[in-house]
Amino acid sequence: MATAARNKKSARRRQLEAAINYPIDWLEERSGLVGALKYFLFRKVPGDAGWWHTLGSATLTAFLVQALTGVILAMYYKPDPQSAYQSIQHITNDLTLGWLVRGMHKWGASVFIILMFFHMARVFLFGAYKYPRELNWIIGVTLLAVGMLEGFTGYLLPWDQTAYWATVVGINLNGTAPFLGPFLADFLRGGSEIGGDTLARFYSMHMLLIPGLIFALIGLHLYLVIRLGVSSPPWSDEAAGSDYDDEPAANGRSGLTQPAARSGFRRNGGDEV
Amino acid sequence: MTEPQHGDRPHSPGPSLLPIGFAAGIACILVGLIINPKVIVPIGAVIAIVCGFLWARDATKEFRGEPVAPIEPERGEARESTDAPAIPADQGEAAMPQPETGERFPRSRFLEGATLGLGGVIGGLVTVPAVGFMIVPAFRGQGYPKVDLGPLENFTEGKWFVTKFFMNPESGEVSHRTAYIRNNGLLNGKPSFTIISNRCAHLGCPAQPNGPVQDNQTKEVDGKKGQHITMIPMIPAGGYGCPCHGGQYDTEGNRVSGPPVRALDRYEFEVVDGHLILGEPYSVSHVKGEGKNALIHKYKLAGPGQHVHGVEQLLYPLQPPH
Repeated sequence: MATAARNKKSARRRQLEAAINYPIDWLEERSGLVGALKYFLFRKVPGDAGWWHTLGSATLTAFLVQALTGVILAMYYKPDPQSAYQSIQHITNDLTLGWLVRGMHKWGASVFIILMFFHMARVFLFGAYKYPRELNWIIGVTLLAVGMLEGFTGYLLPWDQTAYWATVVGINLNGTAPFLGPFLADFLRGGSEIGGDTLARFYSMHMLLIPGLIFALIGLHLYLVIRLGVSSPPWSDEAAGSDYDDEPAANGRSGLTQPAARSGFRRNGGDEV
Repeated sequence: MTEPQHGDRPHSPGPSLLPIGFAAGIACILVGLIINPKVIVPIGAVIAIVCGFLWARDATKEFRGEPVAPIEPERGEARESTDAPAIPADQGEAAMPQPETGERFPRSRFLEGATLGLGGVIGGLVTVPAVGFMIVPAFRGQGYPKVDLGPLENFTEGKWFVTKFFMNPESGEVSHRTAYIRNNGLLNGKPSFTIISNRCAHLGCPAQPNGPVQDNQTKEVDGKKGQHITMIPMIPAGGYGCPCHGGQYDTEGNRVSGPPVRALDRYEFEVVDGHLILGEPYSVSHVKGEGKNALIHKYKLAGPGQHVHGVEQLLYPLQPPH
């Protein structure tokens, strides 16, 4: 009796599993996306990778929060000198949960920048920028610069006195760059004086141009992380040169972990380990 | 191997220019709709109909039982599908002769070049105007309108006024500007004014008078086209100071201390029908003397923080049009 019940249950379970798996298999067969996702999520990382290694994904999360809350704020914000300030007041004071989403975007901006610096410090102090990851360091530094630009263009949008004068100062700072500075300042302002065009221009840069750039750079950044693998901490026993004597080429490269080296070899057509 | 492979059999019907002619006809119609519907659209329609008819006739030859000329398979494409590695074309039994000189530009190379070239042209056609539209308007049609600041009598001789006005009244509050104005009396029979811009020569914050501002004696003057002038008497005994980074200036706008790189900017002025008319702003390295006898070292308007004199001016050889 019990066996029959179990059999019946397992048959139902099999049916259920088949029903769940069918669309996943369908997708996998046609796109390979499921396999790609599994490869991304279940790739090997060094055994002694720890909490310090989560700063990168924390930064990514902070950016995604900015992207999401920004998209929603854009549904209510009006980038026009006559109504920008009022629309922000409306978002903050009148709309349901507007205060929360605006607060997330405002404070999240600082979180994003701070996490970028923490992540950068971790990579620097762990020596994780060394061969073969120099290019990813360069992309990361570009991301930092572009992220700051995102902060700069976003700061004008509340269109209050702080926003206005901070942007005046920021643009004029750019204007003091030698040779092309004056032209850069005029480009940023959209003219020789700050006006309605400046606000619309900053809005467009803040929500379209720069986020697009950040998404693209993050894509590249992640691609290189996956391709090269995660580096061990400097105190790691698994650091290159310690116990993998059968891979001479990978030895003597500090910061290059064995899993990363192995996957690198595999992809380059080298020997399987 | 069940799926048909490219090159298994020659295309039927063979390649023809008629579909391209048909497409050109359609394109002609679309362009004509914009440019000249009466003349160009019929021309496009004729081309499209003729080419379309010939194309359809060509394509249906087989079904209508007309003989179809067999088409030579393109070289290299109709190779037997086997698992054996391909024999290089110039070796083995069926060796092809080396192509003659002058024939070494294969179709694939041409297509590759055409794709890249046409792609580049199309990309350029789209990108160049868009980027131009992003950049150029910021540098064209710039300038400073003349602003009527009201009758001369409002400016009591020898007194300073915080004078607020709209540079472009139609663009509203964002064009609010402030100048510090003193009527210096007559110089050689002509009125003389000191008109100092409040834009700090460090990074552009508003420099404030270091001294009492007599708000209770404020004068309001309405001008044309929504212009509104606010005049507040002041006594800038300690010159001017900028709240942002602490730049300090004397009463004539000379830098005294702090980060500014030159004196405060000034405005040109003229008197028309008894009204004080504000002209273009200009930059000043320093001023010697005071009031109507001041010797102003005048330069073309430069942004805040940019040197207009000394060695450092070499860093800013060009200014965008203002």
